[in-house]
Amino acid sequence: MNGGNGIAIDVKGLSKSFGGREVVHDLSMQVKRGSIYGFLGPNGSGKTTTIRILCGLLTPDSGEGTCLGYDIRRDAEKIKRQVGYMTQRFSLYQDLSVRENLEFVARLYGLTDARGVARDMIKRLGLSGREEQLAGELSGGWKQRLALGACTLPSPKLLLLDEPTAGVDPKARRDFWNEIHALAADGLTVLVSTHYMDEAERCHEIAYIAYGHLLAHGTVEEVIAKSALTTYTVTGEDLNGLPAALTGKPGVDMVAPFGTSLHVSGRDVAALEASIAPWREKSELHWQKSSPSLEDVFIELMSRSRDNFQ
Amino acid sequence: MSAIDHPDTPQEIRERFGFLRRSYAMLVKEFIQLRRDRVSFAMIVMLPVMQLLLFGFAINTTPHNLPSAVLLQEDSDLARSILKALENTAYFRFLYEVHDVDDFDNLLKSGKVLFGVEIPRGFERAVRRGDKPALLVAADATDPVAASAAIGSLGMVVQTALKHDLYIGDPPEMPFEIRAHARYNPAAASSLNIVPGLVGTILTMTMLIFTALSVTREVERGTMESLLSMPIKPVEVMFGKIIPYVLVGFVQAFLIIGIGVGLFGVPVLGNLFLLALLSTLFITTNLSIGYTISTLVQNQLQAMQMSMMFFLPSILLSGFMFPFAGMPAWAQYVGEALPLTHYLRIVRAIMLKGATMQNLRFDTLALAALMLIAMTIAVTRFRRTLD
Repeated sequence: MNGGNGIAIDVKGLSKSFGGREVVHDLSMQVKRGSIYGFLGPNGSGKTTTIRILCGLLTPDSGEGTCLGYDIRRDAEKIKRQVGYMTQRFSLYQDLSVRENLEFVARLYGLTDARGVARDMIKRLGLSGREEQLAGELSGGWKQRLALGACTLPSPKLLLLDEPTAGVDPKARRDFWNEIHALAADGLTVLVSTHYMDEAERCHEIAYIAYGHLLAHGTVEEVIAKSALTTYTVTGEDLNGLPAALTGKPGVDMVAPFGTSLHVSGRDVAALEASIAPWREKSELHWQKSSPSLEDVFIELMSRSRDNFQ
Repeated sequence: MSAIDHPDTPQEIRERFGFLRRSYAMLVKEFIQLRRDRVSFAMIVMLPVMQLLLFGFAINTTPHNLPSAVLLQEDSDLARSILKALENTAYFRFLYEVHDVDDFDNLLKSGKVLFGVEIPRGFERAVRRGDKPALLVAADATDPVAASAAIGSLGMVVQTALKHDLYIGDPPEMPFEIRAHARYNPAAASSLNIVPGLVGTILTMTMLIFTALSVTREVERGTMESLLSMPIKPVEVMFGKIIPYVLVGFVQAFLIIGIGVGLFGVPVLGNLFLLALLSTLFITTNLSIGYTISTLVQNQLQAMQMSMMFFLPSILLSGFMFPFAGMPAWAQYVGEALPLTHYLRIVRAIMLKGATMQNLRFDTLALAALMLIAMTIAVTRFRRTLD
């Protein structure tokens, strides 16, 4: 029953409310084994809740599905054994040392030779020399490495990472992603939530969730293509007045500055081009039709979903 | 590839000991955390020692310089001699000499004196005639311990005084009667109760708080989320959190009893092994109740408040402060539901009366029952999810 079909997560119609507020609405998703699945969406969009449902920390109000072939409602205990969950907030024991934290996890999962396993993991994490340092005294990047180490220690088949790189410097983030790719190459399935677009582009597949609704999913290219968004990139002197002038014009769904350039996007190409026509003639501005970035797509999805659901 | 399709044999063997293994993981973690928390660790030793020294010396049942008054209705040599003898004991200090009954009553009522002696008119003459007149002694027994000890000392003191004044040699019997009135509160406590009682109260307080904070602390620090995502069961969490503190409680009980015996001369007449065994039961019961509290509340402040809500009745209704038999029936029922009540009976009986298991069967069973009830509530209340 377990995973002959190559699907690690297969859920349909998940819903969850807290105090009358629906946090996850009718969410369905499939994650292939061995893939890195990016989970994107604004704060409070239901990413954490979905991840908690998947690892059995929350029971869905409705909906069903399997995680690693186990029913998410009935087999929570079996799922826990094979899933590594890295929480958004550092949730190892701050008053335990690096070694003690890892040994605790190893013992809890019943690994033979907890000490040995912990020692190997410390070496692998590059934490040698810091074994006896208290976890609470580590820097953000090291904490995150340790947390990843702790949840991969029992050799899980699925990793659920909830905003693992929040507040971590770029170098540590890159190392982290290299590690995740290495783990996926070994056959581990990874579901990772993030706010960073560059991280989203490192995923095999992504899903965008806002206000509890799954709005788009697929590879990065598919998501961009499906958005049907037309984007013009404007460069030139004195772009300062332009956003204010364009915002709200028919066909202009979004105006966003990107460094020295400006992205002007819209779904209705004809209306968009009609609206920007007066400025295209100006010689000091250089207009170029380009494909939207992932960020353009997400911000547009987000503003659209706000209209629909709020 | 799955655990079901291809059962991993060594893993299955380890599974059979999963309960012990996971409880052990939790226990090791708790021990390390306790050791790291220097203040809590110091408190384990400081709390019982400080409390015992403080209370042991402060709660002194032998009164000193009790403010006293005398209602003198005759000014005889014998009367003077009795007063002098009383003052020489250093128990009493006569601040007032009055000749009117109303003044005498007012002094007692206002609390200016805690003790009063009334020497009636014609006292000396009656003594010489052999009429056995009454020497009235009035004590403010709102402080029962002080009053009873003072009253108890009277007889001997007076007799000694009379030896010098009236007779050569021992008087055949008391030439007069001492009529003592323990006013306002006729009950009184005994001094040896305090040390055994303190064992119980200190253990109740520390054990309750240790475990009451344990689960809420995990929730507040965010560690509960990852703990719940791991394959550990509520019972295992509970045992892992309770067992380290059984040892802590044992150390505390040992310290208190040790100081009680060494410094305050409290005897241990009964079997030490039995005392240790039943103390462990009592410690575990309190830890279970504390743990139950921690599964009922939302945060550490609530846990502290609820512990206090349990602790105060324990002190007041268990027979530590006031004699259990003196309480109304409903209060006795409440008291029976508190572990401290049963442990006080056990510890007093073993230390002071040399009781054996035979005598303590009821209280032992009561403690065990309370422990099981608390554990059952805790395990069923422990939330496996974050719902």
